[in-house]
Amino acid sequence: MTSSIFSFSDNAIDIDALRKTLCDPACGGYCSFEGWVRNNNEGHDVTRLEYEAFVDLAIKEGERIVQEAIKRFGVDKAACMHRVGSLAIGDIAVWVGVSSGHRDEAFKACRYIIDEIKHRVPIWKKEHYVNGDSGWVNCERCAEHAGEHAHSHAHR
Amino acid sequence: MKKIRIRYYAILREQAGKSEETLETQAATPAALLAELQKRYPFTLNETQLKVAIDAEFRDWQTPLKDGDSVVFIPPVAGG
Repeated sequence: MTSSIFSFSDNAIDIDALRKTLCDPACGGYCSFEGWVRNNNEGHDVTRLEYEAFVDLAIKEGERIVQEAIKRFGVDKAACMHRVGSLAIGDIAVWVGVSSGHRDEAFKACRYIIDEIKHRVPIWKKEHYVNGDSGWVNCERCAEHAGEHAHSHAHR
Repeated sequence: MKKIRIRYYAILREQAGKSEETLETQAATPAALLAELQKRYPFTLNETQLKVAIDAEFRDWQTPLKDGDSVVFIPPVAGG
């Protein structure tokens, strides 16, 4: 198991192994977040997902985010792993873990990491629907409206 | 003319019909390069909806392009 603070995996995420990398006798709190593949999105029934990443930049940006969280909230250790490839309903798409002296900063750092990852890291998600259609999340609807009016919703 | 390597991801990969290519171009900036590619491929996303990376770092649309640069146009992200 890798000990880098941000990484990608082609296979199921081994949470126990990742959690062990954060264990520290000085820490009294551990907080984690798991993102799961949901069977619906914006009214569509989803059958599976594909994740794709621009890995070279995604790892740099992901590491920057985890380091920011460690510095900003003063936690001891933090890490994140994200899946790429084809995922089924219920699979773990992303895991974030943080260990620290006390719980408050662990919760905050964990929340910061997942929120920033969603906004900043070049990872894309293609949803496949029950009716056979598919679409790149945040890209298709945006493109449909591009010719009609000025772009009004932020991507961050 | 300079040689620029372009890698395509997600919706842009599908619309370009390829993962990467190396082009000889006179485009001075990523903005000019995107405009050139928009004539060639049916991209539905425009400059205001994309970001750009040069040599795997986020860069401004007006950054001067150099021979040998590796460019990636980044559609709206959806990790997590």
